[in-house]
Amino acid sequence: MSERTERSEGREGMPGQPRMSERTERSEGREGMPGQPRMSERSEGREGMKEVEVSTKEPLVEAPADAVAGEVVLRLTDVVKTFPGVRALDGVQLEVRAGEVHCLLGQNGAGKSTLIKVLAGVHRPDSGEVVWRGESAAFANPQAAMRAGIATIYQELDLVDDLSVAENAFLGHEPRRFGFVRRGHMARRTRQILARLGHPEIPPGRLVRHLPAAGKQIVSMARALSHEARLIIMDEPSAVLAHDEVGNLFRIIRELTAQGIAVIYISHRMEEIREIGDRVTVLKDGRTTAASLPARETPTRDLVARMTGRAIEYVFPQRPAADGTGAELLRVDGLTRHGEFADVSLGVRAGEIVGIAGLVGSGRSELLETIFGARRAQAGTVRVDGRVLRPGSVGAAVRAGMGMAPEERKSQALLLGEPIYRNVTLATFGRYARLGFTDAARERAEADRVAASLELRPRDVRRPVRTLSGGNQQKVVVGRWLLGETRLLLLDEPTRGVDVGARAELYQVIRDLAAQGVGVLLVSSEVPEVLGLADRVLVMREGRVVREAPAGELDENTVLDLVMAGSLMEGAPA
Amino acid sequence: MSDTDTALPAQSLPVDRAETAKADAAARLSWWRGDGGEGAKRNLGLLATLVVLVVIGILTRPDLYGDPNWVWGNTLTILKLASVVGVVTVGMTFVIIGGGIDLSVGAIVALAGVWCTTVATQSYGAGGMIFTALTVGLAVGVVNGLLISYGRLVPFIATLAMLVAARGLAAEISDKQTQVSTSSFINGIATTKILGIPLLVYILVAVVAAGWVLLNRTTFGRRTVAVGGNPEAARLAGINVRRHTVLLYALSGLCCGIAAVMLTAQATSAQAAMANLYELDAIAAAIIGGTLLSGGRGTIIGSLLGVIIFSTITNLFAINNLSAEAQNMVKGGIIVAAVLVQQVQFRSLTQFLARNRATTT
Ligand SMILES: Nc1ncnc2c1ncn2[C@@H]1O[C@H](COP(=O)(O)OP(=O)(O)OP(=O)(O)O)[C@@H](O)[C@H]1O
Ligand SMILES: [Mg+2]
Repeated sequence: MSERTERSEGREGMPGQPRMSERTERSEGREGMPGQPRMSERSEGREGMKEVEVSTKEPLVEAPADAVAGEVVLRLTDVVKTFPGVRALDGVQLEVRAGEVHCLLGQNGAGKSTLIKVLAGVHRPDSGEVVWRGESAAFANPQAAMRAGIATIYQELDLVDDLSVAENAFLGHEPRRFGFVRRGHMARRTRQILARLGHPEIPPGRLVRHLPAAGKQIVSMARALSHEARLIIMDEPSAVLAHDEVGNLFRIIRELTAQGIAVIYISHRMEEIREIGDRVTVLKDGRTTAASLPARETPTRDLVARMTGRAIEYVFPQRPAADGTGAELLRVDGLTRHGEFADVSLGVRAGEIVGIAGLVGSGRSELLETIFGARRAQAGTVRVDGRVLRPGSVGAAVRAGMGMAPEERKSQALLLGEPIYRNVTLATFGRYARLGFTDAARERAEADRVAASLELRPRDVRRPVRTLSGGNQQKVVVGRWLLGETRLLLLDEPTRGVDVGARAELYQVIRDLAAQGVGVLLVSSEVPEVLGLADRVLVMREGRVVREAPAGELDENTVLDLVMAGSLMEGAPA
Repeated sequence: MSDTDTALPAQSLPVDRAETAKADAAARLSWWRGDGGEGAKRNLGLLATLVVLVVIGILTRPDLYGDPNWVWGNTLTILKLASVVGVVTVGMTFVIIGGGIDLSVGAIVALAGVWCTTVATQSYGAGGMIFTALTVGLAVGVVNGLLISYGRLVPFIATLAMLVAARGLAAEISDKQTQVSTSSFINGIATTKILGIPLLVYILVAVVAAGWVLLNRTTFGRRTVAVGGNPEAARLAGINVRRHTVLLYALSGLCCGIAAVMLTAQATSAQAAMANLYELDAIAAAIIGGTLLSGGRGTIIGSLLGVIIFSTITNLFAINNLSAEAQNMVKGGIIVAAVLVQQVQFRSLTQFLARNRATTT
């Protein structure tokens, strides 16, 4: 695991560097670049930059004057929360101190999100005690929790698509004077916060609908920071973020904790917890199995064992000897969409896993969607088995045997109110139907098979997807294409929010599919995942493929250099 | 790649399998209802509402309810009253579950009714008249669908325009006159009884049954829920969202064609102003029946109950000799109450957000 250690070392180096200036240079460079057009507007970017210089001098969030580092601000005792048929929380203990980063660990469905929703006033606990700053508290609603100083970034994005960035950031607590919203003030504050978040290029007036997934995550963060919070809860904030963004996030977390603000941080990535965490509480099946362990010293095997009740090897499946003889399934030539990516050519052979590495905004997701026909290319062709695919037609792609697990599960992939099995068979129910009549029993059986192979919990496929934990919802999205005659699988961040154990299963499932002759095109923000799982890797930067090589010939630092150093160089003034 | 940091010894720790199994069993027990559980619960609420309305009837007119013959006759009256709007509501339910709305249903009924009673059409006999009514309904529905899915008009606007246009065309064709139907077969549809029950009620039952099967047991129904629940997810799963949208409005139009025949039979005539405000009745019935206005959820049975509740209210006012104005106020109140009940049921965060999104879109 030398790679992994290297990676976190690399990260640790980051905060020490003059990150802010790096940032601004880069965003300057990004203006008008193909990778970032949706998020940058020349004038906005400029203004944002000015703001950066000003705002570095003042604290991001007004630190509460009476915040004392080290004092216990939050204590949970024996908290229980049940949903119909599920004890989501079954006796949770948690103690959070001012100025610390307290990490929550647990498998998918362990109850982490439910726990933070109890803290955020979304759910009321059935029993148990929540003590917030010395007083027993059970927040009746999210507003009450916010007023008490608890801000939350939810796992599932909770933005209103048709409001602007600023309106979303200040939703529910708009700055007012004489009953009128102070729009100018609000935009200014938003711009400050965004600049501190490292994204001066996001215009406060832009509708959230027009932002990519990572941009939306930044806005969620801006919303949490727009409160005067003493405790900020982050539920898998890094799941949507690319590598460099995570470094940025950690810098902000450090600033916050330095002001005595407590942070509860949830992530399935162990190396993140090592880097940013102070103490760790582990949940398993809704119960605290270990409270307040030191985040850096506790061995990984101990943590994993407490999470899962068993030892799990987090390794990638064996790569078969590369033969390179499989027939070429997918051929992409000169594919272009202005402002997103340009002149991309690539091929995927049967039985091959091809990984695409790149920053968020490098055009990876757009490329995948265009190959799948969800977006129409302006130039170039997509061929499956040598036949040109009709551009802009998902139906044609699916008929040709393609399947895609999109980036954003909630808005692009799931019918939340529908049962799990109907979500799993959303692309295939027609194949099980006879004369237009659906075969629910068959669908349930097929979905059950998929659920078993992905360790879906709970296993009952008749439950609505809405009641699943985030990681389990993700498994449903990927599972959809494990059915039927998918010969070419496009995966956009397939392991987003999936826990360590299930991740290993998922890797194995993908490798097995490849062994059966399925071609896989994989996009991931986690460079080790791309390098570990793929046979061949393409590195994308600002809409172009800058490197293509067998995975064995690349290491993480090389890829990161390609992905980031390049954009820095190009960003430098000529 | 070496993974020395996280690689764990192969030996596993004891697993709490029994406990997991227990939790799974508990989950299974309470989720046995699986799909449709929520809908079933809501329909029970509607049945309860219906019972309350009947009880009010008994309390206000004990004299009438004392006579079993009258009760049976009155029940048939209510069902007959519900039949025409009921057929329209089935089509409307599909459109709303599919994420749209059809404001033109009343106008389509009028246009189809007028077109099938022109002198020229009537010369082809009853078969020609029925064929004309269904074709006109279907065709107008297809035009709606094309405007919305390929012309990219908002459903509200497209069907509002169609409402105006279709009524205008109906007035043009009929020259604003009432056209009498001379076909005894057509007129007989309204008067025929089989086993003591009016044919109109059988038609309603047939359309409802067909709608139920279509929604719950066919790929068409599954696509409808997907397209309305999350159009982007449906599209990325390979469903042809645009084509399906056209089919949904076509289905609604077809239902209007059937309703046109029924209404023409009842009145033994047709005119451009017939089926006035049916769109409101149908939408209201669907909403009361638990169909989500933002799409993706709804039941045919719920819609049917919604229609029956409405005609029961109308009947309640009629037997008490109360004004139509008061009746409309009560109907308005019931719509508000139905929506409020839905909100209380789905208070969880995700639903709250989904609703926010729906209202802002
Ligand atoms: N609204 C709900 N109704 C029913 N069950 C629910 C509901 N919300 C959560 N659950 C169940 O509660 C359990 C805990 O879910 P939770 O979302 O807290 O998990 P999590 O630890 O956040 O997992 P992940 O890492 O996948 O995000 C799961 O079994 C889930 O299915
Ligand atoms: Mg979660």
